Amino acid sequence: MSEYRIQGATGEWEVVIGLEVHAQVTSKAKLFSGAATAFGAEPNSQVSLIDAAMPGMLPVPNRECIRQAVRTGMAIDAEINKWSRFDRKNYFYADLPQGYQISQLYHPLVGEGRLEIQLDDKDPENTKTIGIERIHVEQDAGKLMHDQHPTMSYVDLNRSGVALMEIVSRPDMRSPAEAGAYVRKLRTILRYVGSCDGNMEEGSMRADVNVSVRRPGEPFGTRTETKNVNSVRFVMATIEHEANRQVDLIESGGKVVQETRLFDPDTGTTRSMRSKEDAHDYRYFPDPDLLPLVLEDAFLDECRASLPELPDAKRHRYENGLGLSAYNAGILTAEVETARWFEELLVQTAKAQGKDDADVAKQAANWLTSELFGALNKVGKGLDDSPVSPAAGAELLALIGDGTISGSIAKQVLEKMLETGDGAAAIVEREGLKQESDTGAIEAAIDAVMAANADKVEEYRGGKDKLFGFFVGQTMKAMQGKANPQVVNELLKTKLG
Amino acid sequence: MSVDKATVARIASLARIKVSDEELEAMVPELNQILGWVEQLGEVDVTGIEPMTAVIPNTLRLRDDVVDADPLTGGGRRDAVLANAPAAEHGFFGVPKVIE
Amino acid sequence: MSDNANDVTELGVAAIRDGVAKGDFSAREVAEAFNANVAAAGELNAFIVATPDMALEAAGRVDADRAAGKALGKMAGVPIGMKDLFATNGVQTTAASHILEGFSPQYESTVSQKLWDAGAGMLGKLNLDQFAMGSSNETSYFGNVISPWRRNDGGNAPLAPGGSSGGSSSAVAARLCPAATGTDTGGSIRQPAAFTGITGIKPTYGRCSRWGIVAFASSLDQAGPMARDVRDCAIMLEAMAGFDPKDATSLDMPVPEWEAGLTADMKGKKVGIPREYRMDGMDADVAKSWEDGIAWLRDAGAEIVDISLPHTKYALPAYYIIAPAEASSNLARYDGVRYGLRDLPEGAGLQDMYAATRAAGFGAEVKRRILIGTYVLSAGFYDAYYTQAQKVRTLISHDFKNAFTECDVILAPTTPSASFALGEKSGDPLEMYLNDVFSVPASLAGLPAMSVPAGLNREGLPLGLQIIGNAFDEQGVLNAGLALEQRAGFTAKPEKWW
Ligand SMILES: [Mg+2]
Ligand SMILES: [Zn+2]
Repeated sequence: MSEYRIQGATGEWEVVIGLEVHAQVTSKAKLFSGAATAFGAEPNSQVSLIDAAMPGMLPVPNRECIRQAVRTGMAIDAEINKWSRFDRKNYFYADLPQGYQISQLYHPLVGEGRLEIQLDDKDPENTKTIGIERIHVEQDAGKLMHDQHPTMSYVDLNRSGVALMEIVSRPDMRSPAEAGAYVRKLRTILRYVGSCDGNMEEGSMRADVNVSVRRPGEPFGTRTETKNVNSVRFVMATIEHEANRQVDLIESGGKVVQETRLFDPDTGTTRSMRSKEDAHDYRYFPDPDLLPLVLEDAFLDECRASLPELPDAKRHRYENGLGLSAYNAGILTAEVETARWFEELLVQTAKAQGKDDADVAKQAANWLTSELFGALNKVGKGLDDSPVSPAAGAELLALIGDGTISGSIAKQVLEKMLETGDGAAAIVEREGLKQESDTGAIEAAIDAVMAANADKVEEYRGGKDKLFGFFVGQTMKAMQGKANPQVVNELLKTKLG
Repeated sequence: MSVDKATVARIASLARIKVSDEELEAMVPELNQILGWVEQLGEVDVTGIEPMTAVIPNTLRLRDDVVDADPLTGGGRRDAVLANAPAAEHGFFGVPKVIE
Repeated sequence: MSDNANDVTELGVAAIRDGVAKGDFSAREVAEAFNANVAAAGELNAFIVATPDMALEAAGRVDADRAAGKALGKMAGVPIGMKDLFATNGVQTTAASHILEGFSPQYESTVSQKLWDAGAGMLGKLNLDQFAMGSSNETSYFGNVISPWRRNDGGNAPLAPGGSSGGSSSAVAARLCPAATGTDTGGSIRQPAAFTGITGIKPTYGRCSRWGIVAFASSLDQAGPMARDVRDCAIMLEAMAGFDPKDATSLDMPVPEWEAGLTADMKGKKVGIPREYRMDGMDADVAKSWEDGIAWLRDAGAEIVDISLPHTKYALPAYYIIAPAEASSNLARYDGVRYGLRDLPEGAGLQDMYAATRAAGFGAEVKRRILIGTYVLSAGFYDAYYTQAQKVRTLISHDFKNAFTECDVILAPTTPSASFALGEKSGDPLEMYLNDVFSVPASLAGLPAMSVPAGLNREGLPLGLQIIGNAFDEQGVLNAGLALEQRAGFTAKPEKWW
């Protein structure tokens, strides 16, 4: 990837990007209360006395939220702090019932880690490492509704107290594309780990985008922070707009002020968020309702043991252990659901054909990436709602493998499977698609083809090897596509001499 | 360190307490008296001393991930949550309109 | 209230519990008698709300259980006063602040629930210093609480019952209830107990759940009983204490049988006398009562040892950084959005509403502490004030740890003086703060500490002696308290004038 530069009136500018991603931790109950976290509930129906900050209410942390954050930290190869603490971040807002957010400033749960991003889809080995400064655990705020009453805003505290991981990157990204790749990769890892569903539309993942510009090689400029950007596309658009805005500002003699901004998806621009302007003095101090969080070795061991194989490791195994192409390995590991589907297909295929995984891996991978994806796409479906299960796919692959049907017949069978939901063998049987391996019938067909094309037989025998394909095609046509291509090949070679 | 009227005004604003000018005038010497007195702590040599974290040696206990196990700590009780609200509207807390 | 010897309101917790169990009188009779005393004591202003029906209901249940032959709880038949800092389901809970006026909790605090489960009944919600901030009960939105005691000078100056549990101390001393709950952040159980000639214990931090108690300073707040004597405190503390999974700082350990473990025999025990508590210009009566206490414990078989708590001088300033800092954050939730007062001036926005509500809802002392707390936590000052104070707190805790290698309990005065007249110190916050000089160190270290009446000063006002124990050693504290109590023979009580 070539370097990303903004062409200003006075020369080139480099963009420096850091992201603070807020990821909702997957848990049934909130971080400090037993209220549910489910999305889309009736207003204030998932609010405990604690979340509403009633007098005398106290927080008790949810083990699962801590566990998920620790596992996430392990997945990005980060230092896990066995001693951490919760701090209060004090400010007044209607979505913040306590008047403070319980967060971690001084001693976060997870320290320094890293993430490898792919700079080029076609070449998974073209990577860059983005530093991750820390992951801390904190509470989400409630929600304000502004458009339901002429003079009032409405407060819904359902989200208040839901656990978030704030994943803070180093300012290591230099282009919108890198930031996009970072968010996608982070989401992939979170979903592999199972610590966040990564659903950006529902707000399960959102990014605070820190952007500054500088002349290449010079020290960092003043940054702005654009809050709560909730899609990869918007993150990239925010950077694009903010970087250009800053360049224009500086070049016209202005100064970038460190401030909080808001991205407007309708216009693709950012604007200053004045409502947060006076809130900079957060008066952080350790939450006196909560003691230091000390993690036992057994807890950490369980966290580590429960980690799945992560995308990069899986990709390497697919390439090196299963012999898949880098491209296929990349596609199959990009989403945890795809990898899970593929691995199930692999198990079923190997079982159905009595072979080792590695012997059927390429067949399975090729079929999944080139046949099934295409066929599903045509009917507007994805793997998650595919009418064809991995076991059904394996059945189809087995029919190809043992020569019952040819690859081209398999395409037809797959279409029927998607249409009807029936099994491959049943369809082949019913539709009479079974491949002919009986040498007698094939020989008869070849003889007829050779007789009808005596001139071409002469030419072939005279050295025009290319004609072999013609004979194959004619024979297959005569056999209505059902002849075993291998048998056809062998018999043709013998007969043509 | 002593505070002046502007500082007290800033602190009061940070604490979201409206104060009149006369109140500010009265608060300045009071706060300075108290701050001047607590500043004797500066005399104490605290080299190598950790700030207190847990007054009684104890570490944080964690809770199981269970929803609504106890009505005192669970959700699903909107009426109780809204029972004392100065302006409860359609299941929400009402506040003066906020412009973001 | 009659002064006749059969008056049940002259009885304490143990005597009422035992009398009800034996059938000497019914729980209902007890509740009715105390209800009558509460109703007749309006002048003391000890209660914000009286709940006579709740006392009668609880008593009725106890009487029915007894009639049915069921086992009775530790506090069966004992009506008590509840400091209005404890959330009580459906009963107004205010922390004595305008900002919570009319607030009706939809939940019951853990401690009050435990007391009801043990068979106690509620006479009402007791007045206190607003948000428990004060040492004289002069900061309540609902007016000053008056001590039932008067000086023997013939003057009728209304005296401070101490604070912040001033309603509790006044009510117990005036026989409006045999016992009451208190909370202690820097001395708020011990100081009012000392001022009113009653007994009160703050247990080890974490013994009593803080769930449902309006928070003042979370790392310091502890509930405890205030009653007429040591045994009554032991009984009530047993009922109040215990692990609560809803409080992350709650101690997960069994509650000892403190009443059963009571003994006044101090043989083999060492009592430490901290030399730094002997301050310049100490009140002569206070000094004398401390000497008496030393003699009494020696008489009970204890060995007296000199100890040093070198950072004592810094406890109070550290406390007046830490407690306001925590309070400034704990009180941020009172914003007029979800409950309590809302002051919405014409055309006001959200932030204006906050500022107006909090200005109208909080009293002067509460505002003062919020401002101090906000200031010491604000950008640039955090380390100089808050971190430094928490380090000093560590040193104070170390002082006690060292001391407890040399002694079992520590004996000191509870307060530097006896009660003072209302208004006498309220003009000078700092002078008021100095009241807590002897009580704050144990609070900062989270240690159990108790005040027992030691006698009267030359003005005829009670003085208290303080026992400080090692963490978890409430038994040692109670036993030393019992030894003092038996020798002090304190029987004085305020003359009824209300
Ligand atoms: Mg941020
Ligand atoms: Zn955050």
